[in-house]
Amino acid sequence: MPTTTLDGHQVRVDDEGFLADPGEWSEELAPVLAAQIGITLTGAHWDAIRFLRDDFRVQGQTATLRRIATVGGIPVKTLFELFPQKPAKKLAYIAGLPKPHGCV
Amino acid sequence: MTTVTTVAPAIIPSFDDVGQQGRKLAIICSKGSLDMAYPGLIIANAALGEGVETHLFFTFWGFDIITKNTMADLKMTMLGNPATHLPQGLGGLPGMTALATSRLRRAISLLDVPDVPEFLDQIVDSGGHLWACRMSADMNHLTSEDLYDGVEAIISASDFIDKTNGAQLLFI
Repeated sequence: MPTTTLDGHQVRVDDEGFLADPGEWSEELAPVLAAQIGITLTGAHWDAIRFLRDDFRVQGQTATLRRIATVGGIPVKTLFELFPQKPAKKLAYIAGLPKPHGCV
Repeated sequence: MTTVTTVAPAIIPSFDDVGQQGRKLAIICSKGSLDMAYPGLIIANAALGEGVETHLFFTFWGFDIITKNTMADLKMTMLGNPATHLPQGLGGLPGMTALATSRLRRAISLLDVPDVPEFLDQIVDSGGHLWACRMSADMNHLTSEDLYDGVEAIISASDFIDKTNGAQLLFI
């Protein structure tokens, strides 16, 4: 498992760069991860991140966009605006979680 | 003596892979049964989630997927489908299409996959483009009023080919 240093934070990551252990994530790390992929976090980003973290804690897997929309109440359109192009993966990355496995 | 410290480059996912930029996908949906509607919608949704510009063209029986009167009521039949692994003769019995349809609907909803109208909403919200086939509209005497609101326009096959210049194409 490779280790990488992001802005002074040392974390273990998988081959793609996603955090290997969601437990190594912290609220201080989120803006650092976001900055790596060109995103500056706002309150709206945080709503999505917190939902994803809370949902992961209960479900044991990363929510898909549909789940974030239907259960988390954040519309799909908004997610595409906040995390352009690849919202599910970008959000998972910033939240320190694995990529979602669901198809829809 | 100087000490040289090499700093390894940070490992960051390549979300903006240059090879992926400008990638387009065109999906032609020509079938109107429930089981043949989903593959196109699922792949479109997945492509959009990967940042791929996605266009769907609904034609012939596929028109049912975007026609307000039929879109929520697509059906599945066992007839002509050996993948149900049941005797084909059963499929012709009264009520079997309704049974097969309700089974499939339940299986889909158990996976938390939306029904067709809601799936179209999600595709449009994700930036997908829906196009209706001119000839199919004319054959069925339908206008834009009869179609799902997210359909951008009724266009000819050649217009669709024009709009999807350079796209990868999927015919379903």
